[in-house]
Amino acid sequence: MWRDTLLMVGKDLRIEARSRVALSQVAPFGVIALVLFAFALGPDRSPMAKAAPGLFWVAVLFSTVLAIQRSVSVESVDGARDGLRLSGLDPAGVFLGKTAAVAVQLVILEAILGVGVVLLYGARMNSVWLAVVACVAGTIGLAAAGTLYGALSAGLRVRETLLPFLLLPVVAPVLLAGTRIWQAALAGGIPSQGTPWVRLLIVFDAVYLALGVVVFGPIQESS
Amino acid sequence: MAPAVPSPLALSLHDAVALSGRFPLLAGVDLEVATGETVLVEGPNGAGKTSLLRLCAGLVTPASGRVSVLGLDPVRHRTALRRRVGFLAHASHLYDDLTVRENVKFAVRAAGGSIDRIPAACDRLGLAGRLLRTSAAKLSAGQRRRVALAVLVARSPELWLLDEPHAGLDAEARVLLGQLVTEASTGGATVVIASHEANLVEPLADRAVTITGGRMTGERTLRDPAGEPMPTGDPVPAGELMPTGDPAPAPLSDADPTPDVERAIHVA
Repeated sequence: MWRDTLLMVGKDLRIEARSRVALSQVAPFGVIALVLFAFALGPDRSPMAKAAPGLFWVAVLFSTVLAIQRSVSVESVDGARDGLRLSGLDPAGVFLGKTAAVAVQLVILEAILGVGVVLLYGARMNSVWLAVVACVAGTIGLAAAGTLYGALSAGLRVRETLLPFLLLPVVAPVLLAGTRIWQAALAGGIPSQGTPWVRLLIVFDAVYLALGVVVFGPIQESS
Repeated sequence: MAPAVPSPLALSLHDAVALSGRFPLLAGVDLEVATGETVLVEGPNGAGKTSLLRLCAGLVTPASGRVSVLGLDPVRHRTALRRRVGFLAHASHLYDDLTVRENVKFAVRAAGGSIDRIPAACDRLGLAGRLLRTSAAKLSAGQRRRVALAVLVARSPELWLLDEPHAGLDAEARVLLGQLVTEASTGGATVVIASHEANLVEPLADRAVTITGGRMTGERTLRDPAGEPMPTGDPVPAGELMPTGDPAPAPLSDADPTPDVERAIHVA
């Protein structure tokens, strides 16, 4: 399974490095979302700084949908999805590999959006490590849930519109926990403030990783 | 770990029915293919040739009947089976953003094959020099087909499933394809070719079977036991030459227990 995981990560990241969709489209989309939020909140920086954690995670969630759609569409051309099924790769390895590749892209995106939040909203990061923990734990959950729901919608003609409809409600706990942890991080929070929410993210990660490993194969076969 | 069941039969299908929703893809196929045999599957458009190959590759789940591929159940031992089967489909299964070399390497490694065979396989298919570093998006349909064939050659599977393999290939590649099939067969691999171009495949095949409306409707022996080509003749109805001696499937009647299948076959 791990060999197949590495093979898939390598393949997806290589494709991403060539096409640069994450850097040229997904990341700019996230930044534009942050700018639009700033426009909506007006020139006063105080409400912006207060809302920064939530807006950051909303931008991450929207960008995640794009990243997942890209991950799915890579397998939609020239019968690649059938090719993947025929390859004999362990479905669990395929799931973990695609999850890891999306997670790598999201971490880079979050770094860009984190800088954007500081620059655009005037937010001051008092506890960087807490924010990083939230990003890492949140990213794993987003990538795992996204890959799973991406596979569910993969074989459907309406996948572009169905995926956000399926995914966004499911990842609401990541938005909630991530926002709370970032609020603590911006306020120079102590570990105890973020711990329950980090636990929630870890549980979310574990559930979706386990679920994906078990059900990705049947989903892949039925799509 | 899937049990390796030694079997003289590479393919064994008995009354295999496959559905896509309620639409029947295969309506009770009986087919046995011996290990090392090369079989041509012929039939009109929509007859079920591609579905038959997809069933053998484990891409289609049988709704009923018995299916054994290389001694394995294609549903229960899907992953193990797919590593031993090579399927040249209508699509080439290439990633446009990867180069030819990367596509072949990924496919071969995914199937657990040795990457040492890749250079020779690519050379054989005329994929050399700058072409190897060209992204798949820039390839013509024929070149994509060659890449897919290179994957097959490098993987060297036990069962080759070729769906309209000559489509998109130029005259030189068609000759090469014939050589590759002959070599695979000589090497002990079983080859099943679905094709409309019987004149190209018959010289390679030991037997031809005809599928119509999702059922086997005829069979011809193309080589005698000594391996010499047989004189061409009229197709023999299925059942008379079937290795199992099973009778030809009777037409569905009103009393048939699969009314959905009956309805759709009439449409087909």
